[in-house]
Amino acid sequence: MSQSFETVIGLEVHAELSTKSKIFCGCSTQFGAPPNTHTCPICLGHPGTLPVLNQQAVEFAMKAALALNCEIADVSKFDRKNYFYPDLPKAYQISQYDQPIGENGWIEIEVEGEKKRIGITRVHLEEDAGKLNHSDWGDGSLVDYNRVGVPLIEIVSEPDMRSPEEGRAYLEKLKQIIQYTGVSDVKMEEGSLRCDANISLRPVGTEAFGTKTEMKNLNSFRNVERALKYEEERQTQVLSEGGTVVQQTMRWLEDEGRTKVMRSKEEAHDYRYFPEPDLVQLQIDEAWKQRVKESLPELPDSRRKRYIKEFGLSEYDASLLTASKKMADFYDRTVSSGAEPKAAANWISSELLGYLNSQGKELEETQITPESIAKMTQLIEKGTISSKIGKKVFKELVEKGGDPAKIVEEKGWVQISDEGKLKEIVAEVVDANPQSVADYQNGKDRALGFLVGQVMKATKGKANPKMVNQLLLEKIGG
Amino acid sequence: MAISKEQVEHVARLARLQLTEEEAQVYTSQLNDILKFAEKLNELDTEGVEPTSHVLPMANVLREDENRPSLDRDKALANAPEQAEGMFQVPDVFEE
Repeated sequence: MSQSFETVIGLEVHAELSTKSKIFCGCSTQFGAPPNTHTCPICLGHPGTLPVLNQQAVEFAMKAALALNCEIADVSKFDRKNYFYPDLPKAYQISQYDQPIGENGWIEIEVEGEKKRIGITRVHLEEDAGKLNHSDWGDGSLVDYNRVGVPLIEIVSEPDMRSPEEGRAYLEKLKQIIQYTGVSDVKMEEGSLRCDANISLRPVGTEAFGTKTEMKNLNSFRNVERALKYEEERQTQVLSEGGTVVQQTMRWLEDEGRTKVMRSKEEAHDYRYFPEPDLVQLQIDEAWKQRVKESLPELPDSRRKRYIKEFGLSEYDASLLTASKKMADFYDRTVSSGAEPKAAANWISSELLGYLNSQGKELEETQITPESIAKMTQLIEKGTISSKIGKKVFKELVEKGGDPAKIVEEKGWVQISDEGKLKEIVAEVVDANPQSVADYQNGKDRALGFLVGQVMKATKGKANPKMVNQLLLEKIGG
Repeated sequence: MAISKEQVEHVARLARLQLTEEEAQVYTSQLNDILKFAEKLNELDTEGVEPTSHVLPMANVLREDENRPSLDRDKALANAPEQAEGMFQVPDVFEE
């Protein structure tokens, strides 16, 4: 008889903090510099040097922890995690063991319409390690220590996820929240956001956790989900055949779509943590916590709810607009510049996002501003331009920028609402299309649309569509 | 509390120390003497005393997030036994 299993997943996520300087020295944290040009005696671990903690790194870690609903420690300290590996010049990493900056947080995820809270065990501060490279010449590995000492936060989840889809949703939500706080640029492709996953199975209905495996180097959302699915299946098969899962660390091989056991670093998990004697305690009082808390921006969930409740946006539009802080800020400014919220949401979610997607561009690569969208929507509201012309104005704004009112004037796009003038054009169109007029009078409603279209064509889209409709009906009988 | 010879060998392995049989014996007995000496501290009543992770009565020693010049790469690499392509060269750590 085959048994069914429940999947248990926990994720460990590292995010590089966007400080200017490293966590314990003044070297630059900039990504992509030539190897070993951002190093000094401190981050290279030379004897006799002493680390001094970067205040910004501490506050960024606090900020992230607060955004993840963690309690901030009153007293926090650093510890040494000891292991020999060439990416670590001191042979220990300064990390936090038993007194992390933040603990007991949670975030809410949604998978297939189901909302679920995932616990955050802890958020701690530590230094990054160097980067190992293959030598093109064959002999040995080459180490670049630029990344050593770049501040990291490690975010450890509770084993609360029950499917690879939940794992992915958690990581996406985490990324979104961190991105909103601005403490990290969270680019998986540049390694400023990294994810390791723990996965185990247990018979449905049981409490005790099964033996887990750990997967490293999951460098995209897609790979996190794929790797978890692969490992879930592999473990299911092992257990179904009566075998046992061996606790080990695996590496995800993206190209082959499978995991591979990593050569176990001998006794790698015996890190012999002990308090870092070169750094003194961190004492975080209420005033400091409060100050950091006040620097937090409005977070995505709160914004999404506000857009739905206050502005009457659809769940879909609200999610689209809050996907990134950049876009949500842009939308908020458009509304505060005087655009009607729903109109602004429509223009941004369909026209602007559509343009950015089709051109593969970022918002800041365009010329459009929230103020100009607001002005344009007001022109439409006032009847100065039709929404059809609005699209043309929008294109101008995106590509060249400028003042909507001026663009409309210069291009001669002002809507024709002059009744006398429109009547003339309507009469011409009616004369030129006797068949359509007859069709309409014989009950073919669609013919009216055609006639409206002809008037719009004759006026290059500038006729006031409402008036055209009315005038046509008057002329050919309603 | 006593430390076994196996534990001594384990710690030596973690520290990348190669011990002869004789050394392992000697260190086991020496480490046990040290532990026994430290056991004396257990005679003290530490009820209500906060654990100490640092002897200095200081906290929150922090620096501003400012850049300072890094080393010239030649200097950074000057003590490397081997180097190539501007990087420190070490024995191969990659699999396969």
